[in-house]
Amino acid sequence: MKVTEVKNDNIRLGGIATKLGPILAVIGIAFLALSAGLGSGEGWNTFWKSYLVGWMVSLGLCLGALFFVLLQHLTRSGWSVSIRRLAEGIAKNLTWLWMLFVPILIMVLKGDGAILYEWGDTHLMETDHLLHAKAGYLSPTFWSIRAIFYLATWTIIGTLYFKWSTAQDHDGDVKWTHKMQKWAPICMILFAFTQSYASIDWIMTLQPRWFSTMFAVYYWVSCMCGFFALIILFARFLQKTGHIQKSITTEHYHDLGKWLFGIGVVFWAYIAFSQYMLIWYANLPVETNWYMARQLGGWGPVSLVLLFGHFLIPFVLLITRWTKRWRSPLPIISAWLLLMFFIDIYWLVMPVVPEEAISSAKTYNELANNITAAEIGYGFSIVNFTCLIAMVLMVLGGTLINLRKCNLVATEDPRLNEALQFENA
Amino acid sequence: MSEVTPTNVTRGDLYGLAAEFTTTPAIYHAAEKTNAAGFKWFDCLVPFPVHGLDRAMGVKMTILPILVFFGGMTGLFAACVLQIFTNAMEFDFWALLPVVGYQYDVSGKPFLAAAAFVPVAFEMTVLFSALTAVFGTLFLNKLPMFYHPVLKHEALSRATDDRFFLIIEARDPKFSQDEVETFLKSLNPEAVIALEK
Repeated sequence: MKVTEVKNDNIRLGGIATKLGPILAVIGIAFLALSAGLGSGEGWNTFWKSYLVGWMVSLGLCLGALFFVLLQHLTRSGWSVSIRRLAEGIAKNLTWLWMLFVPILIMVLKGDGAILYEWGDTHLMETDHLLHAKAGYLSPTFWSIRAIFYLATWTIIGTLYFKWSTAQDHDGDVKWTHKMQKWAPICMILFAFTQSYASIDWIMTLQPRWFSTMFAVYYWVSCMCGFFALIILFARFLQKTGHIQKSITTEHYHDLGKWLFGIGVVFWAYIAFSQYMLIWYANLPVETNWYMARQLGGWGPVSLVLLFGHFLIPFVLLITRWTKRWRSPLPIISAWLLLMFFIDIYWLVMPVVPEEAISSAKTYNELANNITAAEIGYGFSIVNFTCLIAMVLMVLGGTLINLRKCNLVATEDPRLNEALQFENA
Repeated sequence: MSEVTPTNVTRGDLYGLAAEFTTTPAIYHAAEKTNAAGFKWFDCLVPFPVHGLDRAMGVKMTILPILVFFGGMTGLFAACVLQIFTNAMEFDFWALLPVVGYQYDVSGKPFLAAAAFVPVAFEMTVLFSALTAVFGTLFLNKLPMFYHPVLKHEALSRATDDRFFLIIEARDPKFSQDEVETFLKSLNPEAVIALEK
């Protein structure tokens, strides 16, 4: 395959894919409005928690893409050039994605943070000794300043990398590659810092007494799983609709499959288990409560779904070479893992630690038998799904809109030929 | 073109015939043609990895991953059995011989503490996989090999520098010295060399 062949290929978004972008975005916004309408009926705590699930999922997909783009420049990778534009298109959503966080920010700044975050309750923060010690970090003002810093960082990096990469399509100047490589290390450090603290600020502080030093990595690895599943499906979708036939080959799917297997399945399980085992072994009530909530009542089966669905079954399915190279199973497994990514974030956000029930129970069995679904926050409402669907559709639609005015392959990248010649040994 | 015609090697002592090439495309196409001609016992000596040469030669995918998988499974199984047996076993043979594990109470955890067994099971899986990979590679490549017929031919030492050699071995069922020589010459080599065992 030659670079000229790729340039003459169908590398512009066309047909149904062009129309789909705005349609998905509009449906997404409609779903969001519907969620807000349903939220007033279901209770605002349910709505905001569902909103947070949708936000962390859609953000995670874009952050995964941003990390992938930065990593390719950091390592000066050749193989990924033919798929990098798709990741850049997903990461470009960070340009507007911050708007979805503004409602939460306003809520916290207005002093209503307690609807979602326990630490938003100023009276509780003064009376509870453990929380009082954290009051400096969890003050609404400092929290908001940090949030604005993270969002600004991602917006700038996501926008700039898309801009630089597409600018190269026009003039073919190698200086853009040098520029992206030059900024990759500093952007990667900023990314690691902001992504870690964002996951701590936005998910971990839902249970403000609990902490885990593994948590930032856990959220990152979940995002990477979601992102690699998404980009495999996205590339497959574009090829099915007649785009980029020449530049994305079996070799690229194979490598994306390896990423999905290595990071999304194995490393996810490694991190999830490491976090679990240290807490289980040390057996400190302040830490074990978090897992206790996730094994009581209905959350127990959900945890098992993650163990089997996110690790054991995909591990067996993806370990062989041929499932990664054969084009039908890989998208199916990717779709499954994308679903698991949604469940994973849901499982992180929704459960509530039943602190009173735990402290008053004499034995574990007594606790397990008497616990109610309301105490552990278990129960599905339609808002859970509408919020998630809304924001995921907005990201998908936004991605297609982002890619409307540029090539679907970085045609002028000096390493494109390397990507086309690439073969897995 | 300076051809060395094999004359001084008797039929019983013949290891094979080597054709010498100077470029990678030449050895690549020669390997393709040799594979297409139906030879099974042939090999290429090259000074650096030539991409796609194994496919041109028709070399099949290695079975090493399958061996490694079963090696890993063995490690996993061994680790689980060992830990469960030594920590949590309690039974007797026909009410005569009681078998009890080392049932240590570690911070009130159950004897059959699955979470505590996972790190050991993981490490054993990795260890057995790695050992299978190392020794499997050696075994499948028939290593260590202390003698190989090509080593004693001075002409073939250039395979470590700037020449490419394709060797058709005498044990190939289709091997007949005259025909193979004609065939190798049809590939336009620099030379055809007879190799003694």
